[in-house]
This record gives sequence, C-alpha cells and structure tokens, in this order.
Amino acid sequence: MTKSVLLVGVGGQGTITASKLLTLGLLESGYDVKMNEIHGMSQRGGSVSSDVRYNDTGKVHSPVISLGGADILVSFEEMEALRWCDYVKPEGAIIVSTERIAGLPIMTGRMEYPEGIVDELKKVAKTVLAIDGPAEAEKIGNSRVTNVILLGVIVKYMGLENIDWHKIIRENIKPAFIDLNIKAFELGKTLLDR
Amino acid sequence: MRRLLTGNEAVARGVWEAGAGYAAAYPGTPSTEILENIAMYDKKDITAEWAPNEKVAVESSLGASMAGIRSFVSMKCVGVNASADPWMCMSYSGCNAGMVIAVADEPGQQSSGQTAQDNRTFFKFAKYPFFEPSDSQEAKDMVKEAFRISEASDTAVAVRLTTRVCHSKTIVELEDRQEYEPRNYERNPAKYVPVPGHSPALLEKVMSKADRLREYSENTPFNREEIYDTKIGIICSGVSYCYAKEVFGENASYLKIGFLNPIPMNKIRAFAQKVDKLYIIEETDPIIEDEVRLAGIPCHGKDVLPKTGELLPDVLREKILGVEIPKVDVDRGKILPRPPMLCSGCPHRGFFYELGKLKNVMVSSDIGCYTLAWGEPFHTGDAGICMGSSLSVGHGFKKGMDKKNGNTKVVSVLGDSTFLHTGVQSLMTAVYNNSDTVNVILDNRITAMTGQQENPSSGLTAQGDAAVETDIPALCRALGVKHIVTVNPNDLPAVRTALKEALAREGEGPSVIITRWPCVLKKLSQADKEEFPSLYADKYDIDKDKCIGCKQCLKVGCPAITFNSETKTAEINDDCKGCTVCCQVCPKQAMYIKEARA
Ligand SMILES: Cc1ncc(C[n+]2csc(CCOP(=O)(O)OP(=O)(O)O)c2C)c(N)n1
Ligand code: SF4
Ligand code: SF4
Repeated sequence: MTKSVLLVGVGGQGTITASKLLTLGLLESGYDVKMNEIHGMSQRGGSVSSDVRYNDTGKVHSPVISLGGADILVSFEEMEALRWCDYVKPEGAIIVSTERIAGLPIMTGRMEYPEGIVDELKKVAKTVLAIDGPAEAEKIGNSRVTNVILLGVIVKYMGLENIDWHKIIRENIKPAFIDLNIKAFELGKTLLDR
Repeated sequence: MRRLLTGNEAVARGVWEAGAGYAAAYPGTPSTEILENIAMYDKKDITAEWAPNEKVAVESSLGASMAGIRSFVSMKCVGVNASADPWMCMSYSGCNAGMVIAVADEPGQQSSGQTAQDNRTFFKFAKYPFFEPSDSQEAKDMVKEAFRISEASDTAVAVRLTTRVCHSKTIVELEDRQEYEPRNYERNPAKYVPVPGHSPALLEKVMSKADRLREYSENTPFNREEIYDTKIGIICSGVSYCYAKEVFGENASYLKIGFLNPIPMNKIRAFAQKVDKLYIIEETDPIIEDEVRLAGIPCHGKDVLPKTGELLPDVLREKILGVEIPKVDVDRGKILPRPPMLCSGCPHRGFFYELGKLKNVMVSSDIGCYTLAWGEPFHTGDAGICMGSSLSVGHGFKKGMDKKNGNTKVVSVLGDSTFLHTGVQSLMTAVYNNSDTVNVILDNRITAMTGQQENPSSGLTAQGDAAVETDIPALCRALGVKHIVTVNPNDLPAVRTALKEALAREGEGPSVIITRWPCVLKKLSQADKEEFPSLYADKYDIDKDKCIGCKQCLKVGCPAITFNSETKTAEINDDCKGCTVCCQVCPKQAMYIKEARA
C-alpha cells in the first residue's frame, strides 16, 4: 500500500529538512519512495509543500498526493493547514503547529489573521492535534527544532518506529545539534498521547 | 548505490556519467539545479558555465561538440524562444561529439508563469529527436542514451522535462563515469557553413536521418508496452505515465512513449489493436494524439481531458472515470492569500517605494524579483513580457506616446542579469533611435529570482573561480548613454533625486540609473564586503511610546514589520536586516537600533 505524508508551511520554516530526513529513513529501510516539492520562488514568505509517498511492498507511482489522499497532513503554520486540508483523508490526521506567519495582506494591515482555524480543521479529519511547535521546542532549548518534533509525530502516527531514526539524525544533522534533535524527535513521538 | 535524486540531480549525474566535458546554461525554473549540480563535479571532468543567455549557451555547447567533447545545455521552457536561432540552424549542420539539450517545461506554470508552452512542438518544427523521462532514473538513463543517439545520428538530441520530473525525488541507481575518448575535429565547411551551395544537401541529410531514427523509435525499449487488462489502453509520456498508473494500475494496458520524433506508429497501431478503448494522456498539447488521429486510429485525448494544466491523478479520475473530487466543507474565507514578497532587506524595496510615489509615469518592468513590485504595496510595473523586454518596450511606448503628443514619462527597469541577458541591445536601440526614457538597472550583484546564480557582472564563475566583471556603467557609456548615475537604493533621498533629475531632462536621449546593493540572500564575496561595509548592519526595533500607529512603515511591505492590533503600534521582528528603508519613512523616527553590528 502506498502511504502519503503531506508537509506544508511557509518558506524558511524547515519543512524541507523534515521531509528530507523522513525520505532518507524510508529509503534506508528499502521502501520505494517519491517526494515532490513546491518551493515557490527565491523570496521568502510563500506557501510551500512537500509530498512524501512510500510503499513497503510495491512501487509508488505518482509523486503527487491526490485530494483526500494524505494519511497525515503536517502543517508548520496555522492557516496553511486549512489551505491544504482538501488533501487529507477523512479518516486521517492533521497535525498543526499553531505558529502564525502573516502574509502580505495582513502585514500591510489590510486584513486580520483569521481566528477559529483549528475548529474548522476538526470538520475535516478524524484526528486533529494542535501544538504550539516553537513553544514545545523552546522547552527543550531551541525553537528551531520544531521540524524534528513534527518528524517524531509523523513517525509515531505512521507506525514507522522500526526505522533507526536516531542514526538518520546523527548522519544528517550538524554534530553540535544531534542531541538536541534526538530530544526533539523523542518529544514528538509522545505528543499524540496527550 | 541507490540514492534519492530530483530529476534535475539525475540529469546532472547522467551528463557526468556519460563522460561529457562541457555544460552551459542560463538559469530558469525548473531547470536551474541541473547546471548547479554539474558544477559540483570535478572541473577536470567537466566544465560548467553560466552563459549570459540561452542562445549563447547553445552556441558555446555546439562549439565544444565540434571540438570533439560531449557537451550539454539546459534551459527553462522560454529559454527555447531566446535560443531558437541556433536550434534551427544547428539541426541542419548536426554536431560532432554527442550534444544533449535538456528543456524544462512548466505545464502547471508553478513558478514563473510566463508561458506553458509545450516545446515538443518546437522539437518537431526544428527536427530534433527527443526523450521524455517520467522519473529520475529514466532522466539519467535517457540523458546517457541521448548522447549515444546524438553521435549515431549526427544531431543534437533534446530531453524534455516537466516541473514534476525536475523537482520530484525518486530512487536512482548510480553508476561510474564512462571514460569518453574525444573525437577528432576536422574542418568541414560543407557541414558547418550553411551557404546556399551546402544547404540542400544538409536538408537531405536531415530527412534521411529521420528515416533511421524511425527505426530506432519502433525498436527502442524506451517505447514499451505493458499489457494488463485490455479494456482500456493508454498511450502516455513523461510523468503522465506515473499519474495513469496511479489511477488505473493493472486495470488498463499502457504504451509508454519515452522517445519521439519520429513517432513509432507501427508500435502504436499494434497496441491500439490489442485494446478496446484507447486514451492518449500527455502534458500538455496533443502532440502524440494529433499524429495518431492523422493515422486514422480512433482514440480519446483532448476531447475528454483539459487542454491546459497538469493531468494529475485527480484530473484523470474525474475526466476519465467520472469520479467526483472530494471537497471538504470548511470556511474558506479564513484562507487568506500568501503571495510571494520581497525579502526583508531586499535592495529593490527602497527604489520601488520611491518609484511607486511618482504620478503620470509608465513603468516598463521585466522578469526578476522586482517583477513583484507590480502588486501590493508598490503597484508599480505596467508590463513585463519577457527577459530584456523592459528597455525596448519602454522605448517603443515612449515613441508611441510622442506620436500622440502625450506627455507620459517612461521609466524602464530590469535587473543586472536581465540586462546582460538581452537588455543590452534594448538600451542600444533607445540610444540609437533616441528616446527620452529613464532606464534603471537594478544591480543586486546576482541573478536572484532563480536562487542566486553568478552572472558576468558578479565576479565569480559557476564553478567558483574569480572572473572578470562586466563593468555595467562603462558598458552603458560605450553604448552612448550620456547621463549615468549609480545610487544606493536604500538611500531614499538619493533615489528620489536621481529619478527627479532623470525625468526632468528633455531631448537629451535615454539616461541610466544604476541601483547597486547586494541581494540579501547573496553569498558575499570579499569584494562585496569591501564595497558594502555597512551590509547586514544593525537590527532595528520600534519604540512603542513614539509610534503613533499611522502605518506609514507598513507601506514598504517588509516581512519584518507587522502591526499589533492590540497595542496599535508597529513591530519589527528578528528578520530585520537593517536596510533602514522603514526608518526613513516613519514620521516619528520611532525606530531604534536594538542590536548593533558586531
Ligand atoms: C528566457 C528566460 N530565461 C530565464 C528565465 C528565468 N528567470 C526569470 S527571472 C531571472 C533572473 C533575473 O535576474 P535579475 O534580472 O538580475 O533580477 P533579480 O531577480 O536579481 O532581481 C531568470 C533567470 C526567464 N524568465 N526567461
Ligand atoms: S532574493 Fe534578493 S533580490 Fe530577490 S527579493 Fe530576496 S533580497 Fe530581493
Ligand atoms: S511609521 Fe513610525 S509611527 Fe507610523 S506605524 Fe510605523 S513605526 Fe509607528
């Protein structure tokens, strides 16, 4: 069975690193893997997404996730979760980090950041988990590891604990940040039980 | 070794494995990373160059092939338009050592959105055989095969990519580099000098080439059948194959077309006889479909499928299987647009803030990060058709308005890379044919929009060697421009003065304003650090007690400034790069230095 993980956010939030670690782990386990990225233009601030699809027994065909096709939607930003919600399966999960990043119409003061997004998300998928990613990350010492916390959530939800993720982190993260990232990953694995 | 590579990385790997020794490109999404990756291989193996434009890249690559070295070019879809001349003529001459050109089309117009042109039509028109990979492994295999076919048929061979193939990572088996024995060069004017005496024979050769390639097309495993259930038969190419397999799996049979021009019509006819109903799925134009219909084979294609955009699995499900696309019921009013915006500290910001304030000015813009100034909050830029067009469109607009005795002033703007791409000749016409236009070269020291590639005026080559810099002011002077000023775009009074003075001149021909300040994402060279010592200076914040909430600073559209609706004051976040543009627009001088430069 092909499984689909959709990671979305705003340019510069670290979605790319999270999906890269995820695909490396899946590759190492011998799964077929495809990943598709839309990273917009050079400038900061656009909406970004990365589709990760894998299959433990057969081949992955399309690199792109279909509407209603994602087992899990992981959003690094609150409003982005709603933008991409059509892609998640009704029986799937939405994990949203409630960090808010204002787009141009909000910055110029023309619009306000919308409220009640998490309530909307609850209409879409069976499991909805909202976490304050940067605050969780701050608790273990560095707000920049939100992406690896979210990787931990994905691994737990998708039942991928058989893969040696600590090894993947050790091989791909700068030595000084390995312990921090392993802590972040372990924290992520516990969040679904809250 | 198995690796996950993007299509672009795989193409680069294929070029290297094929033993190629020369590659040239001009950046353009989604093709840019191909040359960036080739540039990472050992310079002793392969030379990788950024050319000033695609025409130059194709011509240099032909030269390398003539010399006997396998050569490669990559470009985005519209790059074909900029280089059509050598493409057309080279198809008659052919080449010597293998020559491969990768072209990345954008059926979904995800990034630049200028055109969704399907260059397979161009390849047919210009008489090039081409490959169409569906994933990264095929991209690498087909590039290597394309070099072989190029040599066997004495023609450059194209590889047609699309955004999803370029940017998707799929598993690739790596191989070693083949040692390539360079070919001899022998002078052969009958081949490379297409005077009337030579051309008919060359055209004859092109035609007989096509016959030999037809045989290849019928026999190559890159055009292959997969027979499962035969109620539905699908002929598909490129990534459409992956989409079709995703939707139909083993409930349909496939004829996957990986090589075209000529088309394997016997194979197609045989396949059509095996299946009950035939569909042709290709992005975007009906290239295969038209030929199949012409051959009298009944099929479905663009009669049921959309004529534009990508043919994603959702589209195939809806249009062929009639499956309704699930839409969930949420309040979509809560999804606000998130358009791309100039980075905090972008050197274009100060210039466009001032330009946007001018009335009765037509702004002829171009293609680059500064194109974004057309929208919120600057609303500046009346046109921006294709690279290098701003100065010539502005020139013609001015001539047209003069004919009508209109008094509209024209300011034409373009970046350093775009100026050197094709803008130089446009400035030449403004001088030669004498228009009173103001021509602005936004010199941010790099080709920014496509991800900070070096260019002839940035001081480094693609492989990181120091390079002679094109001197832009000297170049403008040599073209005959009389008034040239260089300003720091973050210095608003200086920008204002430069624009005012230039616009006030009448009857003195075109003038040039050069704004010179590096893109914030540029990796700074030693020369940059010396020239711009105050770069990445202090971080600023806003004094809540001084701020009166007038929102003037929000009009510079900086991602580092937000408005706190509770305290009714503006705030600056950690993204501040210290460009000081906002400090210059605040009527209360509310900004202060929070963190001084080390
Ligand atoms: C013919 C053609 N080739 C390549 C591109 C891709 N492209 C779009 S903008 C751009 C670079 C613009 O650089 P510059 O003019 O220096 O402006 P900047 O983005 O640095 O502000 C390129 C290469 C294109 N649109 N058309
Ligand atoms: S990439 Fe450079 S030129 Fe482009 S918006 Fe950002 S700072 Fe400006
Ligand atoms: S311009 Fe000055 S006073 Fe006005 S909102 Fe911005 S910081 Fe406050």
